[in-house]
Amino acid sequence: MNVLILSTIWGIVMMFSGVVLKKNGLATYIAIAGMLVLLLGNIGDVSNVVITHSSFNNMLSFTPFNQLFISIILVATLFYFLLSGRDIEAVGKNGSDYYALIFFVLTGVCLSAAYNNMLMLFLGIEVMSIPLYILTGADKKNLKSNEASLKYFLMGSFSTGIMLLGITFIYGDTGSFGLVPPPLPFGMLMSHLTVLSSVGIILLMVALGFKVSAAPFHFWTPDVYDGAPTVFTSFMATIVKVGAFVAFYRFFAQGYSSMEASWGTAMAVVIALTLLIGNLTAVFQQSAKRMMSYSSIAQAGFILIAIYTHNELGQNGFLIYTASYCLATIGVFALLSKMSDHSFEGFNGLAKKEPLVALTTTICLLSLAGIPLTGGFLGKYFMLASLVKMGGLLQFYLTIFAVLCAAVSVYYYFRLIQAMYFKEGEPVMAPISKGLKIGLVGLVVLIILLGTVPYDLLLNWQLFF
Amino acid sequence: MLALLLILIPLVTGGLTFFLKNGNTAKIWSLLSAIATLGISIAATVEKAPSMRTFTADWLSDLGASFSISIDGMGAILVLLTGVSLVLVLVATYNNTYKNPSAYYGLLLFSQAGLMGVFLATDGLLFYFFWELALIPVYFLSSGWGGERRIAVTFKFFIYTFVGSLLMLIGLLYLHTLNPEGSFSLASFYRMKLSAGQQDVLFWLFFVAFAIKMPIFPLHTWQPDTYEQSPTSVTMILSGVMVKMGLLGVIRWVLPIFPEAVHHYENIVIGLSVVGMVYASLIAMRQDDLKRMVAYSSIAHIGLMCAAVFTVNGIGLQGVMVQLFNHGINIIGLWIVVDAIEQKLGTRKMSELGGLAIKAPGLAIMLVIMSLANVALPLTNAFIGEFLMFDGLYHFNVWYMAFAGLSIILGAVYTLRMVQKVIYGKENSLTRTITDLSLNQKLILAGITILIIVFGVYPEPLFKMTQDTVHSIIAQYI
Repeated sequence: MNVLILSTIWGIVMMFSGVVLKKNGLATYIAIAGMLVLLLGNIGDVSNVVITHSSFNNMLSFTPFNQLFISIILVATLFYFLLSGRDIEAVGKNGSDYYALIFFVLTGVCLSAAYNNMLMLFLGIEVMSIPLYILTGADKKNLKSNEASLKYFLMGSFSTGIMLLGITFIYGDTGSFGLVPPPLPFGMLMSHLTVLSSVGIILLMVALGFKVSAAPFHFWTPDVYDGAPTVFTSFMATIVKVGAFVAFYRFFAQGYSSMEASWGTAMAVVIALTLLIGNLTAVFQQSAKRMMSYSSIAQAGFILIAIYTHNELGQNGFLIYTASYCLATIGVFALLSKMSDHSFEGFNGLAKKEPLVALTTTICLLSLAGIPLTGGFLGKYFMLASLVKMGGLLQFYLTIFAVLCAAVSVYYYFRLIQAMYFKEGEPVMAPISKGLKIGLVGLVVLIILLGTVPYDLLLNWQLFF
Repeated sequence: MLALLLILIPLVTGGLTFFLKNGNTAKIWSLLSAIATLGISIAATVEKAPSMRTFTADWLSDLGASFSISIDGMGAILVLLTGVSLVLVLVATYNNTYKNPSAYYGLLLFSQAGLMGVFLATDGLLFYFFWELALIPVYFLSSGWGGERRIAVTFKFFIYTFVGSLLMLIGLLYLHTLNPEGSFSLASFYRMKLSAGQQDVLFWLFFVAFAIKMPIFPLHTWQPDTYEQSPTSVTMILSGVMVKMGLLGVIRWVLPIFPEAVHHYENIVIGLSVVGMVYASLIAMRQDDLKRMVAYSSIAHIGLMCAAVFTVNGIGLQGVMVQLFNHGINIIGLWIVVDAIEQKLGTRKMSELGGLAIKAPGLAIMLVIMSLANVALPLTNAFIGEFLMFDGLYHFNVWYMAFAGLSIILGAVYTLRMVQKVIYGKENSLTRTITDLSLNQKLILAGITILIIVFGVYPEPLFKMTQDTVHSIIAQYI
């Protein structure tokens, strides 16, 4: 609750700070201060020191899971600001406006993490998306950026329409906007939904699948990620994406989890398609930025597994996976936004020029590939474990399929490592400041701690307050 | 405590090596570390107190895992091999120069730490961690310092083993889910009663990972390329020590946990191993490159060891145990000679060599000794192991043994042909320039020769060391 309110307030503060402050550099500091305030607010939420106890007629609920997820988002955003703050301001003249939009996106993420009512879900997704359409087109003079923005807006509003249709169907059938299907009279058990509700939740799956770029609704992703300014691609691919994921997770794995018979198979197909298309297409990319956008599709396939299995292992996996995915992707993009040439050849010989940055990027890539001792491995571990725990033959084949896709992913992540370490060349890149290096080291330490002591660092951290 | 030191010393010293600016300092520092590790590993094989041989700490206990390592007979012999190997490798290649030496030596020590972890881990998840982590430094070593095709070749190697280990991860997870104690510990896996159907699935999930690592025909295609393209010191680690990861995996993580599946599939595995032996020997005969020839001969040797493991009888397993150590020593000796030739003449092609015995008698003698040990001549250490393994195979099925026996003859053919082409015959303009072995190489090769003959005549200590492992495995089958 605190975070929701504070992020809105800070967004407005950031907006007006642009009018008051003429010097650009200060905006980053105000934004970082804002993130620290939000983190304090999050700790307040955990230890029950809140601004208001209202839950808006039970339309929002703040469970430990939601709060833990919001903490992940906040820490990831903090690192994003620390690593990419200068680049955000460098995109255009209105540095503080970009920050304001990012804080509004955070409001949307909080809503979609805490919704208890489908209207709030709609609100959350929209509040999250609309600032993003603007951020995508932030590079006003660049035609590719404009194209990406328009494309994203058109496709995004279309998917919003589908989502509303889905919600309407469910409302028409059950007469409620509640996240959990209403109980039947006389305590009867319902295993299958009626046709109307089934169509409704499949439509919701399509719309949310679009937001998290799951195949076959992923076609916008590479163009938009490629066209948007690199700093905002980093933001889109991490915080916004997992923000949409949590909405997805809450609806299917918490709200309608008992109705698995109605959506389980469809979800399994979506997972398999996402893993296949994401990984195979990423292999053929020649640009690291495009590779990362396809990699984000492939990683989405793994996160979807948590929704499919909706057991406790899956829930832990969801948290660890999203945390390590966000951190690692932010780490890779921090380097990408410094490079002028995004093709793989552009990275040749980087290890000689910037050994520390090459090392941190390598660890981020190893985490994305799922090598032990990194958070990425543990995320994959939990996902596979939850699938194996479900039992069943379909799940077993899906596990094997997921593992083979993970092996394919090694191919494209290691191409970047090979270019940096084993090939000769002179990379063209902007200078890397000392502060950025310290930030990257901190990020990498966090990724490794996530892979070695996940319970103390993440899953149980609320016990310390 | 000793067990923990075996992992910690190379890990910590390896980490420090990266910060050494001077290449020579890094070299001496890593040599000192390797000697310290060797000392600890000798102490660990002699020490019998369980408190020194095991170490357990709390780690990821919510998942059912723990940081537990322990030295048993097989662990001891492999730890000793790992300790000896690194010293041999570092001393024998002491005069070689590498670009970026501190990173090179640091990665070499990291790979030793990873290997030690694989050999010592008694917890499934920990084993998996070390299994993957042993691979990363070797990947960077081979890709960074290898031959001209190194990037593509080591990448193939990496993807191959990564696929295998991910399948093993699924196997571990499945095993963990079935385990009523909800733990990853090896002891609890040994207590499990699995149905035949479960064992069949799990067997393949685990075995594929180990078969790729050994490698067993038809999963061996990464091996000759990788051995050829890696820098020779890494090839020594790969062929001498790393292939033993696969064998240890089968002996410790497959045989006792899935006895019925082993019985079910023993003919397939032994058949593949034996076919691989003959196939690799035939290809080895056609090789002109020394490294590729040794690489293929290694496939044949490992094939025999894998076949002997799956016969699951005491004689064969005992043979495998001694051979784990002896094969490592011998092949490292052979690599040292090959590396010496390559460093001096810049070629490994047999067709370009000849007449080395005239100018470099020391090198010629050593090549002959190592080659004879490699074909398992009586009185060399390899003879004991191979004899026992063939005996085990004979008791299992005479026909397998007869077919596998072909590889002994073929082995003698290609090895002696190599000796003939390299050291006898006419000198040419290139080989006239050769100088004899340097002092450090002579010392190391003399040391290996002593080991070859001592263990060839008196293998008793190696038997005693590994008896407990053999007995405990056989006990699972009675």
